[in-house]
Amino acid sequence: MTALSDQQLEGQIAEWRAYVRRRQALHRPDVEELEGHLRDQLAALTEAGLTGDEAFLVAVKRMGSLDELSREFARAHSERLWKQLVMAPEGEAPTQATRDELFVLFGLTFAAAVAVKLPALFGHPIEPNAEFPKFYARNASLFVFPMLTVYFLWKRGWDRVRALWFAMAFAAGAVLANVFPFASGSQTEMLTALHLPIALWLTVGFAYVGGKWFDSDGRMNFVRFSGELAIYYVLIALGGFVVTLFTFMMFRSIGMNPDWFVAGWLLPCGAAGAVLIGSWLVEAKQSVIENMAPVLTRIFTPLFTVLLLAFLATMAWTGNPINVKREVLIGFDLLLGVVVGLVLYAASARDPQAPPDFFDALQLALVVSALVVDGVALYSIVARISEFGFTPNRVAALGENIILLVNLMWSAWLYARFVSHRSSFAALERWQIAYLPVFSAWAAVVVLAFPPVFGYR
Amino acid sequence: MDLSKDLVAASSTPLVLAILAEGESYGYAIIKRVAELSGGHLHWTDGMLYPVLHRLERQGYVAAKWDASESGRKRKYYRITKEGQAELAAQRQQWKAVDDTLRGIWMKECTV
Repeated sequence: MTALSDQQLEGQIAEWRAYVRRRQALHRPDVEELEGHLRDQLAALTEAGLTGDEAFLVAVKRMGSLDELSREFARAHSERLWKQLVMAPEGEAPTQATRDELFVLFGLTFAAAVAVKLPALFGHPIEPNAEFPKFYARNASLFVFPMLTVYFLWKRGWDRVRALWFAMAFAAGAVLANVFPFASGSQTEMLTALHLPIALWLTVGFAYVGGKWFDSDGRMNFVRFSGELAIYYVLIALGGFVVTLFTFMMFRSIGMNPDWFVAGWLLPCGAAGAVLIGSWLVEAKQSVIENMAPVLTRIFTPLFTVLLLAFLATMAWTGNPINVKREVLIGFDLLLGVVVGLVLYAASARDPQAPPDFFDALQLALVVSALVVDGVALYSIVARISEFGFTPNRVAALGENIILLVNLMWSAWLYARFVSHRSSFAALERWQIAYLPVFSAWAAVVVLAFPPVFGYR
Repeated sequence: MDLSKDLVAASSTPLVLAILAEGESYGYAIIKRVAELSGGHLHWTDGMLYPVLHRLERQGYVAAKWDASESGRKRKYYRITKEGQAELAAQRQQWKAVDDTLRGIWMKECTV
């Protein structure tokens, strides 16, 4: 056999291996075993006088249909159809890197829990019967996000200058959360508590992408990460809820009251630590498990479209105007937020090269109906805004509404162009990810400017 | 003459166990041995042996280990375990019962 045909044969084997490797039921050692068989067969066949090409065809044919084969493998290893997450992949021994990662992760989780408890030493205890201290509401993100940032810096590589920038961002957040002399029951204090995490989440994002913010997929990956983290966080929270119930049930049965432990330790430390554990899970499972956020998007896009259209139809039919109550604007903000989320996560899971399909048309219908609903709501609100006066809450809500509206209007335009084959999906994706910092920038403005502008009320 | 699919599947376990009872072996060699023993009547698609081996490994009838082959590549060698020996004995009895029954009925046909 000449060197050239040898090379060709190796190429063919590599192609075959890559093809087999795509089967979910076949793990790497299985493929190696099958490849060994293929090579034994090839050797025997070439010895019998076949050329490399002929031998390859015969050997592959004798191996049998890969569909059938992977079905049989799946039957022999049924657990493989349920992808395992926390276990080391494919039964390989945990490497030094995964051990290091676990060590760093548990260290940071512990640090977050300690950070939550530290203020208690300086006169900010959380007590079961007292009101929840506003200090914790304002600083909630500062207990966790720095640890998360450290985790990503550690994972993606870092240097002193970059670390310093991140430290400065969090220091600025800490200062803004704590220097303002908020009046008691102040709206701007609640606004700070709500908006600081949104502003600082961008900082976490910078750490997540590891300095490649403007690279093609960096921001979209961060969006995917955020969605999955939210889902994992909810799951962990549900588990935590069960633990809490059992804590109460068991200790009360022996006449002890675990209130102080649950309210002061279990819930705050658990809530902080779960963010890190959830992030690690998302990182670890990236390639292992189907992303959930796009699946939920698929389920809820049609539902929300129907809901919005039914709402518009009912309003048109009955002629009932929107009853503008005090905080109705926030409700419609949330609605737009959900719609932007649906568009974003649908985009995150879509192949930008694929031609428009029914689901894209549905997304367009969703965005347009959301725009119409919000337009109607805004019209009613603006018509009566003089009656309410400008409180911090209303200005913040109005600002958010405008930001979401701009996002959706341009998205609708891009979707319409895409569905009518006049532009590519990539344009929409670019628009969505380019818009991300706007949300954080607005949140930063709310945190930075609103308290002094509105006199801390 | 080709055996039916069901029969091939049913006979694969005792056959593989019996071959491994002769000594440690690996996939390709087992296939060759099957062809040799059956005189070409028992035709397996090569790949299908491996799920069978893995199932037997899972059931504890065979044990496997990765080792270097003559060519230097890694190769997975299988050997029969104690449980495998017991299973082979049990299967042998079952097949013998089937064989005896069929033999009995077909011998009678011949004599009639």
